[in-house]
Amino acid sequence: MTDIKNQPITDAVAESITKVEELAYELLINQVMTRDIATVSPSDTMEFVAILFREKRISGSPVLRDGELVGILSIEDLIRCLMAVDLPSTVEKYMSSKLITVKEFDPVIEALKTFVHNRVGRLPVLDEQNKLVGIITKGDITRGLLKKLTNEFQQEEIRVYRASHLFEDIISTRTSLVLRYNIKPRDFIHGGTASSYIKRALMRLGASPQIARRCGIAIYEAEMNLIIHSRNGGIIRVEIEPHQITMETIDDGPGIQDVDLAMKPGFSTATEQVREMGFGAGMGLANITRCVDQLKIDSSLERGTRLKMKILLKEQESFGDSRGNHLEGTP
Amino acid sequence: MKLFDIAQKLDLHQFTHLEVDSVDESTSAYCSDMLSCVMTGAGHHAIWVTLQAHQNIVAVAALLELTAIIISENALPDAVTIEKADQEGIILLGTTAKNFEVCGKLWELGLRSS
Repeated sequence: MTDIKNQPITDAVAESITKVEELAYELLINQVMTRDIATVSPSDTMEFVAILFREKRISGSPVLRDGELVGILSIEDLIRCLMAVDLPSTVEKYMSSKLITVKEFDPVIEALKTFVHNRVGRLPVLDEQNKLVGIITKGDITRGLLKKLTNEFQQEEIRVYRASHLFEDIISTRTSLVLRYNIKPRDFIHGGTASSYIKRALMRLGASPQIARRCGIAIYEAEMNLIIHSRNGGIIRVEIEPHQITMETIDDGPGIQDVDLAMKPGFSTATEQVREMGFGAGMGLANITRCVDQLKIDSSLERGTRLKMKILLKEQESFGDSRGNHLEGTP
Repeated sequence: MKLFDIAQKLDLHQFTHLEVDSVDESTSAYCSDMLSCVMTGAGHHAIWVTLQAHQNIVAVAALLELTAIIISENALPDAVTIEKADQEGIILLGTTAKNFEVCGKLWELGLRSS
């Protein structure tokens, strides 16, 4: 279904295939290609090529005439020449002058596509002036992707490590981390962005997947409420403490007319247009109730709505070392 | 059943550019066009059947860590939705069939509610 299929990929890469595809679009050809390459000229003898390939342990080489790329010579061409016992002949006779090239600033995916459509082992890489700047092989791509994957994996591990020790490393009477997000009204395009950031932050801090999921769902519903209902948007404020997560949304109107009614599953004041998008099922507050330990709604038609949700963490779920991270005898 | 086999048996086409071959076995599915109901009802790694095709389905699927969304009745996600799904690793599949038919076929293939 995708272009990366049919490529020789190591087991390590296969495990995170989607990540690899993403990287294949990010990584540029000139970041993985080989720059230091041996070239031959059309007038060189095939005998010279045989020695060059053996000494440099290479299986192909671009052919340059006065610095211009005019062809490519592969080990198959050399074998043809050897079988014909024709080593004194020149490169010109055996080279392939059908040039398939890639550009140095193209993403690696372009080279992969070219490899799929043409049965070649290497591609000359050209700069913007069409001058040869390197050679790229499938091996170069695999190495480049692996290197980048390893780096990114380590970076995320370091992030998780640093974040998950935050509460242990800082000693205070009461340590908390506050995250704030501004939500615009009717901004359906970005709906769910703040909740996914919050979920990721919790995962990095070392929250269990269940806790992160509960917070994610509760905050998503609250975020969509701001987008769907609030007059001028609102604020999401999340306070993370070792033993609890407090999530609040604050807006300045229009307020909920009847909170008890709003809590009823299936009740919704969403417009027809919003319902057509699949929102306004009247399940938002019901979903929040299911996910959090405490829910407090403070709403009035004058001031707007303030939603306060709390998830209490059990001893084994708490962030940091639950014994040593706060000062003795204090709340 | 493997998502790859499901996609073939139901003649689904992929909007995203993700590798379907390597996805683990799928055992559960959920169907609704109301996002909040999906939030309640869809299980971890489930396949979600809906005729919604706007960007927010990706946000929901990512939060719930769903495997794939089957978009029914020929509804077409826009480029931004597809790009976002690619980023989040949510496979978007399309079909001309209706929700009811898709679910019937998934049930026949052995998938159940979460």
